[in-house]
Amino acid sequence: MSTDDLRRPSVASLVWQQFRYQNKVFWRTPIAAFFTIVFPLMLLVLFTAIFGNDEIENLGITTAQYFTPGLAVFAAVSATYTNLAIGTAIARDNGILKRIRGTPIPPWAYIAGRVASSVYLAFLAMVLMMAAGVVFYGVQIIARTLPAALLTFVVGVSCFAALGMLVAAISPNGDAAPAITNATLLPVAFISNIFFPLENPPRWMEIAGNFFPLKAFAEAFRDAFDPTLTGPQFHWPQIGYLALWGVVAGLLAIRFFRWEPSSGSTSRRRRRDEPQLETV
Amino acid sequence: MTAIEVRGLRKSYDDLVAVGGVDISVETGEVFALLGPNGAGKTTTVEILEGHRSADGGSISVLGFDPSTGGRAYRERIGIVLQQGAVERELSVREALSIYGGMYPRRLDADHLIDLVGLTEKADTRIKTLSGGQQRRLELALGLVGDPDLLFLDEPTTGFDPSARRQAWGILENLADLGKTILLTTHYMDEAQHLADRIAIIDSGTIVAEGTPETLGGRANGKSMIRFALPEGVGAEELPIPASTVDGAIVEVSAESATRALHELTTWAIAKDLELEQLQVTRPSLEDVYLELTDEH
Repeated sequence: MSTDDLRRPSVASLVWQQFRYQNKVFWRTPIAAFFTIVFPLMLLVLFTAIFGNDEIENLGITTAQYFTPGLAVFAAVSATYTNLAIGTAIARDNGILKRIRGTPIPPWAYIAGRVASSVYLAFLAMVLMMAAGVVFYGVQIIARTLPAALLTFVVGVSCFAALGMLVAAISPNGDAAPAITNATLLPVAFISNIFFPLENPPRWMEIAGNFFPLKAFAEAFRDAFDPTLTGPQFHWPQIGYLALWGVVAGLLAIRFFRWEPSSGSTSRRRRRDEPQLETV
Repeated sequence: MTAIEVRGLRKSYDDLVAVGGVDISVETGEVFALLGPNGAGKTTTVEILEGHRSADGGSISVLGFDPSTGGRAYRERIGIVLQQGAVERELSVREALSIYGGMYPRRLDADHLIDLVGLTEKADTRIKTLSGGQQRRLELALGLVGDPDLLFLDEPTTGFDPSARRQAWGILENLADLGKTILLTTHYMDEAQHLADRIAIIDSGTIVAEGTPETLGGRANGKSMIRFALPEGVGAEELPIPASTVDGAIVEVSAESATRALHELTTWAIAKDLELEQLQVTRPSLEDVYLELTDEH
């Protein structure tokens, strides 16, 4: 009997199922939920408490109006870049990816479910951040620039999801992934004006900041929430730059992606921890 | 009908030959065991058949598919129980079975499977809180969730305590009764002997013997060994049949026909009014055959 005439689940339903199950796993992993959702909100509270919520002198907007979109971007990048990299590398270490490869789900449908879940969580983190800004710190949302904000956001999180998958692909094991994401995201966030605007930074710092995609993402998204600016605020050079980073990262991720733990990684270590077995 | 047909399978990792020309033929409904020491090439062979690895050479047909190109249609018909498999630890047993079951066109009911592997009381428990043995039983359930025609079991009871092993064997016997084709690898001889219809012993990447548990390695026609304590005051040279070994008072006699040799010995002993203490007749065990073939004595 051929299985073709049986009710084979559609690929869309498989992606949807993975999406739901990845979300479930995310909410059941308190540390991931904390760093993605709660931690950026804490930063907003902290920054407005430190700097006050007055108008920043040479910018002409309030502290919260400046920081909230930047921190929303930071939260979204945590949800995609950090979570995908760590979650996927650990899933590979644990043999989950290998198991998936032995089931009928098309590999790309599994990856799509994972990525879709992280993009959804990024969106949720961004909306929560902006809502907190509006409700508690009088942040203004500008209807005119919302389309630009949304497009920037979609391209930005796609770019960082691709980068997250690239880190997962090149991490030798699940321990390396958080090391790589933290060592990259935090310094880059500092030179990308996420935490505070740098006044007259050294030349090299400015070049480095302009090179990495986070600054382009933060600037384009932030300007869509700047009431002193006019026009629809589509930052095409930044959006294009994000897309370029995303495509290159995505292609490299596909090129280097592995479904099995590399030898000598955690799985090998785990094997040693098992009770000694008799050998014949 | 043949479920698995493998000819001249070869696979090397750099300079190391993991599998050097293996032939395997498994009939539909048969339980076939690949028995061998660690590092013999069992897992590599099975992982090639599962489609996890590509072979360097040889012809492979599993359920009519080439596993390396069979893709979704092939994977819908096989079940895999990995040696080092895992599922998301944050899910419950029932959730995991429902998610993985949802990938197959044909699927077994999650509750039925949970009962089958004896996890009824743990159905709604997070996987991370299960014991090692319980997780392995969940693995087994996950291998079965797509109601496969062919089930791969890589070292299914490694790390089990004796009672968990018996339980797992019971489950596997039930599956075999349902007509599932099963390919299992193991380094436990008793497991192969207990479960398999046919056994192939693999060592250093080649099959060194193949047969039913009863006939493997010429066991059916092997010589029997008669062993007893030499009665006091009798010399080994006085025996009606020459002893093959003498170890202190213990004598061993090797015989083509145990019945005839035993008759000669006991007739002689009764006539002399001697008692053959510790009298034993043994046939070479699967273990003897295995150890001899895999050179690990």
